[in-house]
Amino acid sequence: MRALPVGAHALLVEADSAEQARALHAELLRRRAAGSLSAREIVPAARTVLLDGVDDPVRRAAELTATEPPPAPETTSAPVELPVHYDGPDLAEVAAHWGVSVREVAEIHAGTEFTVAFCGFAPGFGYLTGLPEHRYVPRRSTPRTAVPAGSVALAGPYTGVYPRASPGGWQLIGRTDAVLWDTAREPAALLAPGTRVRFTPVGAA
Amino acid sequence: MTDRALVVVRAGALTTVQDRGRPGHAHLGVPRSGALDPPAAALVNRLVGNSPDAAVLETTLDGCAVRARSAVTVAVGGAPCPVRVGGRPAPWGAPVRVASGEVLQVGTAVAGVRSYVAVSGGVAVEPVLGSRATDLLSGLGPAPLTDGTVLPLGPPTAAPARLDIAPQPAPPAGLVLRVTLGPRADWFTPRALGELTSRTYRVSPASNRIGLRTEGPALERARAGELPSEGMVWGAVQVPPDGLPLIFLADHPTTGGYPVVAVVHPADLPGAAQARPGTPLRFVAVRGTRR
Repeated sequence: MRALPVGAHALLVEADSAEQARALHAELLRRRAAGSLSAREIVPAARTVLLDGVDDPVRRAAELTATEPPPAPETTSAPVELPVHYDGPDLAEVAAHWGVSVREVAEIHAGTEFTVAFCGFAPGFGYLTGLPEHRYVPRRSTPRTAVPAGSVALAGPYTGVYPRASPGGWQLIGRTDAVLWDTAREPAALLAPGTRVRFTPVGAA
Repeated sequence: MTDRALVVVRAGALTTVQDRGRPGHAHLGVPRSGALDPPAAALVNRLVGNSPDAAVLETTLDGCAVRARSAVTVAVGGAPCPVRVGGRPAPWGAPVRVASGEVLQVGTAVAGVRSYVAVSGGVAVEPVLGSRATDLLSGLGPAPLTDGTVLPLGPPTAAPARLDIAPQPAPPAGLVLRVTLGPRADWFTPRALGELTSRTYRVSPASNRIGLRTEGPALERARAGELPSEGMVWGAVQVPPDGLPLIFLADHPTTGGYPVVAVVHPADLPGAAQARPGTPLRFVAVRGTRR
């Protein structure tokens, strides 16, 4: 692990692996809850955790990287189930990348347990990991100007669900009616970092 | 129905409701948002007797006009601009009484970009995640004002400030931004870092509440490839593939995949938000605290 400077009030801790980043994130949340760490934002990402709103980040840096974080506790709650119609416009392209049939894309995707590694792009948009490396697909060479809300998509190591209509360059394999983001709901985000997710096929795939 | 409300007569190019934003939700992809020039928003709130948390209006270059449905005290600050109440000239940067039915006209900024309008009681639209701020990137909070919008006001909490004029910093004719290098300065060549901190950039017209875009020498990368997505802060100087530094402002994305070469000192960000397109911009490297 190493801590990188991010201006006067923040620092970025870069982990050696995605697992270590997950463990570090869990440990930082634990410390903040226990009152031994003061940070306005703790933002996990692919390989890093950003702490923002920190007094004296330089002093914190040494402290945070001195010891290996304990392994992240296993999530005990059941995975969030997202019903999916596997009928996306990029299904055939993904099938070709994977060298499988269109039907098998749905089976493989729905047979994988995902975890929200981090959020971003839009409120409630989670970057879900779980697919093995040989299933990674590139982004579309030309992004779509409009991707409908609820679209289930793949890019690189990630699966995601668009919480609302927006432009986007990910490969669309299906759609869900689940509401990913609703500010009238508590919590507003269906998916938060650490949430486990399973996609369940509905209708004819 | 309460008559404590404003009716938008002229929305202007972009007028939004802003407050101190919604910190604490970045891990869910929710930007901080809030007034781009926080000291200006805080000052106009103080002038009308509001708490610092009250919501104000943030205009963009050409002001706005609102009709008060009841007598209110207003103050206009931030970017200097002509102010009229009921057609009569009124002071900028000071509390002004607006009678019931009168129109407050906030004119085109004579310098700077964003003027702030506080109204006694504050704009009382429904908060979202604890804030009334309009977040243009996420579409959270009230939509930008349109003609005819009715904005409810809260109850006044304190008497307006008693003063003639409140000093405010002049919008920058030239922008000097102090930066600390990192976290990804090592993704750029030494020559690029030298250019960043010695050449003059200009504020691009493509700037908005998400970021201040720049025109100038493109920064050369020392390493190719993509950076895995990582957390972003207000003031991060991100460098997209075109090599032109982009300074993230209040509605910035909370994670991103382009390297951040440096971070702007927080005290210099209000000035960045007031810099007009074409304003010359220099980045000056300073050391981080105790580094």
